[in-house]
Amino acid sequence: MKRTAVIGIPRYLSYFSFGELWERYFEHLGFEVTISPPSNQDILDEGVRETVNDACIPIKLFHGHVKSLRDKADYLFVPRLGGTRTRYTVCPKFLGLPDMVKYSLSGLPEVLAPRLDVRQRSIGAWRELVKLGVQLTGRRLAASRAFAQARRVLADKVSEIQREGLPALGFPQPSDSDLTVGVVGYPYVIYDHLANGGLLEQLLRQRVSVRTPELVTDSQMKERSQQFPKDLFWFYSNRTLWSGLHFMDADRLDGLVHVTAFGCGPDAMVGKLLEMESRQRGVPFLSVMVDEHTGEAGVATRAEAFVDMLRRRLRGGSAS
Amino acid sequence: MKISYAHMGTATYAVEALLSRLGHEVIVPEPPTQDTLTLGTKYSPEFACIPFKMVLGTYLEVLERGAEVLVSGGGMGPCRAGYYGELHKRILGELGYDPEMIFFWPPLKTPRAFLRKVKRLKENASWFRVLGGLRLLWEKIKVLDGLEQLSHRLRPQEINRGSISKALERALDMIREADTVDETREAHQRGEKLLRSVKVRDVDPDELLRVGIIGEIYVQLEPAANFYLEEKLGELGAVAKRSIFMTDFTKEDVLNLKDESIEELAEPYIPENIGGHGRDSVGETIHYAKEGYDGVVQLAPFSCIPEIVAKSIMPALSDKMGIPVLTLFIDEQTGDAGIGTRLEAFVDMMRSRRRALSRTAAPGAD
Ligand code: SF4
Ligand code: SF4
Repeated sequence: MKRTAVIGIPRYLSYFSFGELWERYFEHLGFEVTISPPSNQDILDEGVRETVNDACIPIKLFHGHVKSLRDKADYLFVPRLGGTRTRYTVCPKFLGLPDMVKYSLSGLPEVLAPRLDVRQRSIGAWRELVKLGVQLTGRRLAASRAFAQARRVLADKVSEIQREGLPALGFPQPSDSDLTVGVVGYPYVIYDHLANGGLLEQLLRQRVSVRTPELVTDSQMKERSQQFPKDLFWFYSNRTLWSGLHFMDADRLDGLVHVTAFGCGPDAMVGKLLEMESRQRGVPFLSVMVDEHTGEAGVATRAEAFVDMLRRRLRGGSAS
Repeated sequence: MKISYAHMGTATYAVEALLSRLGHEVIVPEPPTQDTLTLGTKYSPEFACIPFKMVLGTYLEVLERGAEVLVSGGGMGPCRAGYYGELHKRILGELGYDPEMIFFWPPLKTPRAFLRKVKRLKENASWFRVLGGLRLLWEKIKVLDGLEQLSHRLRPQEINRGSISKALERALDMIREADTVDETREAHQRGEKLLRSVKVRDVDPDELLRVGIIGEIYVQLEPAANFYLEEKLGELGAVAKRSIFMTDFTKEDVLNLKDESIEELAEPYIPENIGGHGRDSVGETIHYAKEGYDGVVQLAPFSCIPEIVAKSIMPALSDKMGIPVLTLFIDEQTGDAGIGTRLEAFVDMMRSRRRALSRTAAPGAD
């Protein structure tokens, strides 16, 4: 009997936004899906070894994830994520990702690199994914059906997160918190324990409620986007900026933390803007830059100092 | 109004001609120096790329000299994203400057906004004058490019080190002084003659090493950002062929036409435009290899995303096409001496490689 083919999906980068959809889609199509483990030291070390050394940490981590799947799958799923052809709505590294991976890592199984549009609302843009399914299985109807189902699962997940907050992402909120802090950054940095040195857990442990960009709805984002020229940044950078503004202006949170990856070009700009905007509003701002040497201890100290300062501020009554 | 802009190689002087034609008082930016970069770095985000920092430094310098309006070509630098100018504006604002900033994007992409900005710049000048100014701009860009290219060809043969650079400087001044298209053409002839009068060794041009320069546009076009790479290569005896000259740039970006063939060459490696010049770098490397060049130098600002993608493909590409590639990532800590040493080693390597190649080729040829 023919063995079911295995599709490997790296648990990194856009997986944090769309992983559910991809996983379900291929499963519905009858494939076995294997996801790389959550980032660990091995994955990081391998990534650092295999990737051009000028790349940002997330790209290195991604290479590590891909490598960890090398002998475990018949196909590797590394989508080419972009916006429309004329607008660069993602960091160029997302567009060139399949190319980087193919030329940096040897001995990979076949790489599936459909061209996907990040604006998940437009169904037409995901047609490529269905096309890929048809190519692999020859079953058009099954592919469309699998896609429709998978899309529903993702949509449900997104609204669950927006309804219930961080617990839906696997982080229990403290029950007795006196402070609420916005943590902004790219999902592959703020939710990846290894990438951020456990920052979220640190804050939660210190009885701080945390809000992240994934809890902000599209319409709330859109409202904030009015303050800047259109299309200032990439998809994820825009989300970081807009949710930061939302946390300061609409939610009036006690402080803002920006988590940024070493070597990230776009982040340098987003971080600077957030810093300027928070200074104007008098909102306490902390920027945490993570690199391959960031340990939990270092992150913990910085988080602690920030939280202490916020609590002092609260008691002193200087917070508005 | 007192107007200024970012320095960008020799094109700086062509822009000067256009703007003063329109009746503005032009504050011509000086070539960026280490101080310019230090100044720009001080107020930029740490990981901003070098074009961002150098341009910010230049803006601060010209603002100190009284500039009220800053003009910038949108196509350069920002991987075509919008944040570059916007952030410059905000940073300058925090420092207490409030210049009017006019960003130009390729005219064919947003024709209406383009026209509005031109009107703003033209103020009271007649359209006739604008047209005349544009013709002068184009002519100057063309001849400046021409003189520069000639200097790159001649420099490897110069007998007295620095004599070509000195002649070029004088030739550029001649162009700068020209007020009309005719004067520009005439100055071009004089300049060319001057360059050709420099004493050079009589060598077969085929014997000179040829190096293609590829990479991000600003660091290619602004010699101060690439440590005068072409001069250095010339002095080491190699002819540098840059991929972007202002004339191509104007063709490609300002008029929004694309050179299909470079893209087609890159297609098997990077099937889609990834912003900046990333894909072009791959296509151009293939092009130079096919043309029999001895090597390629890839120039990129540190943290430049499209060039990092390109670089990750370079080892495989260089192997397959049989052409050595030297990648130079540049940030504010890059030192002139370091670049010099790496170039020297690269030129030595290319030279022995060529010798080895001709030795293996010789017995077969008759
Ligand atoms: S946005 Fe930044 S962190 Fe993400 S891939 Fe691009 S450079 Fe890397
Ligand atoms: S192309 Fe490179 S140097 Fe230019 S703005 Fe983009 S990242 Fe910076």
